[in-house]
Amino acid sequence: MAVTRTQVPAQEGWFTLDPVAPALLGTRCPECGTYAFPSATVFCANPACEATEFEPVPLSRTGRVWSYTDARYQPPRPYVPADPYEPFCIAAVELAAEKMVVMGQVVPGVSVDDLSVGDEVELVLDTLYCDDEHEYLVWKWRPLAPGRPA
Amino acid sequence: MPDDRRVAVLGAGMHPWGKWGRHFVEYGVAAARDALGDAGLSWPDIQFVSGADTIRNGYPGFIAGATFAQALGWTGARVSSCYAACASGAVAIANARAQILAGLCDVALVVGADTTPKGFFAPVGGERRDDPDWLRFHLLGATNPTYFALYARRRMDRFGATDEDFAQVKVKNARHGLANPNARYRKEVTIDEVLASPVVADPLRLLEICATSDGGAALVLTSMEFARRHGAGEPLVTVSAVSTVTPRFPNTVIEMPNFSTDSAAAPGVPVGDTGFRPSITAAAYEEAGIGPEDVDLAEVYDLSAALELDWYEDIGLCGEGEAEKLLRDGATAIGGRVPVNPSGGLSCFGEAIPAQAIAQVCECVWQLRGRAAGRQVEGARVAVTANQGLFGHGSSVVVTR
Repeated sequence: MAVTRTQVPAQEGWFTLDPVAPALLGTRCPECGTYAFPSATVFCANPACEATEFEPVPLSRTGRVWSYTDARYQPPRPYVPADPYEPFCIAAVELAAEKMVVMGQVVPGVSVDDLSVGDEVELVLDTLYCDDEHEYLVWKWRPLAPGRPA
Repeated sequence: MPDDRRVAVLGAGMHPWGKWGRHFVEYGVAAARDALGDAGLSWPDIQFVSGADTIRNGYPGFIAGATFAQALGWTGARVSSCYAACASGAVAIANARAQILAGLCDVALVVGADTTPKGFFAPVGGERRDDPDWLRFHLLGATNPTYFALYARRRMDRFGATDEDFAQVKVKNARHGLANPNARYRKEVTIDEVLASPVVADPLRLLEICATSDGGAALVLTSMEFARRHGAGEPLVTVSAVSTVTPRFPNTVIEMPNFSTDSAAAPGVPVGDTGFRPSITAAAYEEAGIGPEDVDLAEVYDLSAALELDWYEDIGLCGEGEAEKLLRDGATAIGGRVPVNPSGGLSCFGEAIPAQAIAQVCECVWQLRGRAAGRQVEGARVAVTANQGLFGHGSSVVVTR
């Protein structure tokens, strides 16, 4: 019998659980327009701005790769690795509207050879790890044009 | 530069770097005694002790200044302890310098030392969901080399850096460190050996990423007037500037341990790669009244071989995108126009966090005295260090004679 696990976010409040079009949840400063991820709570990063309250907003779901790498060796705890360990890629992605760079793992099956700076990627939800009852979800970047000719 | 902005370096000392797992205080005390001996002073002469903290060794590490003072024997000296990640040593130097320049003391001892665990640095334990350092390991599996690798890959894409360029930095620094008695790794390597070492975080290989080490470094800093009265030997080496700047908004280059950069969406703020590093040494040059063209040698924080190339541009040795040419021309090797990391750098030392920024200054002092046997930069008069403590502590010291 298949084990049914409840899907829960690996970090509460950082992203929506929309199965079709998930998004990171950040904030936008109502006074100066500066975005923040994770969300701003008590101060705006802009030194010219003294705002103390911020609008929760979903961030752009697509962006362009600013840079990328991979993790060939198992990261230490509190990372919860797959057993056996499977290397994965990490990308830093530029969001055009927010004018900021956000990191994330890249979906499984993508190697550094499949990535280039400037590639367009979109945000998806995927498994970070599981325990007996739960599947913990996290955001990951998925290339929009995989299998580019070498 | 007038005396009211300079402090004299009377003594520089180290405990060699290695991996022994002994108590960090042992390394710090050895470095302190080495620096005191170099200065021709004894411990009771010290009026102010400035410790650089380590966060991996419990309470004694959190108040390192007092811990070193206790180990040397209580004398009633004034004390400070500070933590600023990789910039801790520079902040400890800045604290001592400020006391001297304010006229509050004449003679200060700066000490940093560390003992490190094996493998990747990991966050402290527990479940800390408001701590980006804990979260980046948990949610992303992002280690320190992850961030170094993002910079390296970006450099390849923007400026055409190659795997061979990164390997060449390692080859150069390994050669520089061969004769350095304080270096942990003293072995020549070839480009092929570097390229054959396993990839840790693409494009960075094991031999291109700095290790974590045990070690200790110390400086005896004094007022210029005290140095003259004491009859300090020539050439008298001085600290002319210490930059401990923060970044300017918006920093749009990803910094450890963050998930994102600042947003440049507010009207009127600059866009593009506006990173932290170039501002660090710029502030030190301005304070010292010099420019990068005056620099004879530099000690920069080569956490990875690729990052050393970023620093060439960030400290003004060349323009953006020109670091590979500077390296390939041999300008940054000993014998070249402006040698970088003549000590061997982190490549040969590995990183002992609170000691490292102090160790950079020690190397500059020995170079400017003409006592860097086997790695001497001939005729050096002006040296600069550059380094960064995580996302917000700049660290740069100008040393002149």
